[in-house]
Amino acid sequence: MSEDGATFVVQEDGGTWRFGAERPLVLDSGLKIEALEIAYKTYGALNAERSNAVLVCHALTGDQYVASKHPMTGKPGWWDRVVGPGLPLDPQRYFIICANVVGGCMGTTGPSSVNPATGKPWGLTFPVITIADMVRAQAMLVEALGIEQLFCVVGGSMGGMQVLQWAADYPERLFSALVIAAAARHSAQNIALHEVGRQAIMADPDWKGGDYATTKKRPEKGLAVARMAAHITYLSEAALQRKFGRELQRDGLSWGFDADFQVESYLRHQGTSFVDRFDANSYLYITRAMDYFDLAAAHGGVLANAFTRAREVRFCVLSFTSDWLYPTAENRHVVRALLAAGARASFVEIESDKGHDAFLLDEPEMASAINGFLKSAGQARGLK
Amino acid sequence: MTVREDFKEILRLVRPGSRVLDVGCGEGDLLELLTREKQVDGRGLELEGANVSTCLSRGLAVVQGDADRDLDHFPSRAFDYAILSQTLQATRNPRHVLSELLRIADKAVVTFPNFGHWRVRLSLLIDGRMPETKALPEPWWSTPNIHLCTLADFNALCKDLDLRVESCSSLSGGRPARPIDPSRPVENLRAETVLFFLSRRVHESAEPPAPKDDLFGG
Repeated sequence: MSEDGATFVVQEDGGTWRFGAERPLVLDSGLKIEALEIAYKTYGALNAERSNAVLVCHALTGDQYVASKHPMTGKPGWWDRVVGPGLPLDPQRYFIICANVVGGCMGTTGPSSVNPATGKPWGLTFPVITIADMVRAQAMLVEALGIEQLFCVVGGSMGGMQVLQWAADYPERLFSALVIAAAARHSAQNIALHEVGRQAIMADPDWKGGDYATTKKRPEKGLAVARMAAHITYLSEAALQRKFGRELQRDGLSWGFDADFQVESYLRHQGTSFVDRFDANSYLYITRAMDYFDLAAAHGGVLANAFTRAREVRFCVLSFTSDWLYPTAENRHVVRALLAAGARASFVEIESDKGHDAFLLDEPEMASAINGFLKSAGQARGLK
Repeated sequence: MTVREDFKEILRLVRPGSRVLDVGCGEGDLLELLTREKQVDGRGLELEGANVSTCLSRGLAVVQGDADRDLDHFPSRAFDYAILSQTLQATRNPRHVLSELLRIADKAVVTFPNFGHWRVRLSLLIDGRMPETKALPEPWWSTPNIHLCTLADFNALCKDLDLRVESCSSLSGGRPARPIDPSRPVENLRAETVLFFLSRRVHESAEPPAPKDDLFGG
């Protein structure tokens, strides 16, 4: 509701940007993707100075529907607690862009897209992509939308990795950067957990070496197991215990292998509902991109070197006490590198027992930190 | 709102538009004051997460961290001023913290409760108990102060670290700051809280060494 009592309708837009053959996406691997398509959503309006654009980068299984109903699940946007009228990322103030990443399965070119050269779905012939490739594609979109400098690039988890990559690769094209529950590299544990998921997918006979697109069957069981394993890593032990404890589904045990415990039933539901909206090959490619991510390695082994050109960018890094997937230590590592590079950085570890997923949930301390950071950056940028 | 006397003195010392790091900035009161009154480019370092969140919601650039460990990560001469207000005595290694302050900033403002104050001395002498005064309100078992010192002790440390004392003042009982000569024993008796304004002695060739780089390995 606006001040005069009229219902505020967020100006919602977006679509699919198709790049011509003359503008291929050049990948870190040395390969190219021609006829790149990027599916994106926007909220709010770009101001006359073109200075209020905010790019939201989504996480592994996220998509461009950051603040609007998901077309397949009908569920509200994945970050509707942060993006929306009266919220820290308010479309009345900012022009908010969110694009599906390269390798994704919600409209941007990925392994389930049709390879124009063969007329068939890419499958495993799709080139391996990196976080930097995702960011390079986003930069193409942002440029195509006529925005020279983003006011802010925002993201949690894999989205936060993209934000760090933006700061390293395009420091002049962003005014501020908000990194939530992320890391500058994937740890051995992170890679190991992803490998479990990939093996689950590849062990499913319906995966067919990645060629399932023509078989009318998809590796649903494998993808569901991958999601179940991953979902545990997004929660904390305390959150799981509080939510489920040892509560049973029915009275008494089944003395078999049905989902006796509520936590089992919950995980199974997470797995089966995920396969309805996500592509197994996309899961392989995007987890690979995350595993390959090591920002320091690309800068002589010294993370601070990644940010030497980003001294003018205002950074805010947030972590959560119970996040064991991208723990505070990894976020602090990023902050120390930012300080060493002489960048203007803020950092706070937010008290929460909700684990990694806390960034998607109702966390008033996170909201007020984001709000304060964006407000002061907005003042510095001259936003009204 | 009445401005604390030590803040008033710091406001007087800090040049407008300069780069300031407030170590142990709490909820950011001083940073906000300096930003408003002196248009400084202010940053903060603060241990308590709740305080940092308050700072962030006020729009201040503050990093959650610890003076003992996190100053090492700032580049040399990144700031014009480093401020350490009532925090030195709570650090694990005050000597290291002090030398780090003047590596990362050209000048430092350090305030601390003077353990040489006559009330402190009297309390020990007469009662034989750990002193509890206005400047040192907490009992020994709950105080965060683990490295208390007297004005004379601190002055000796500055000499030892080859720091220049630009000025020194005494703050007592909410009265305005009074300039003092830190080498006079009588001031060590009279000052409840002291404020040192310090700078690095300039040696032509001796650029302070860069911090040991453990950004990747450690």
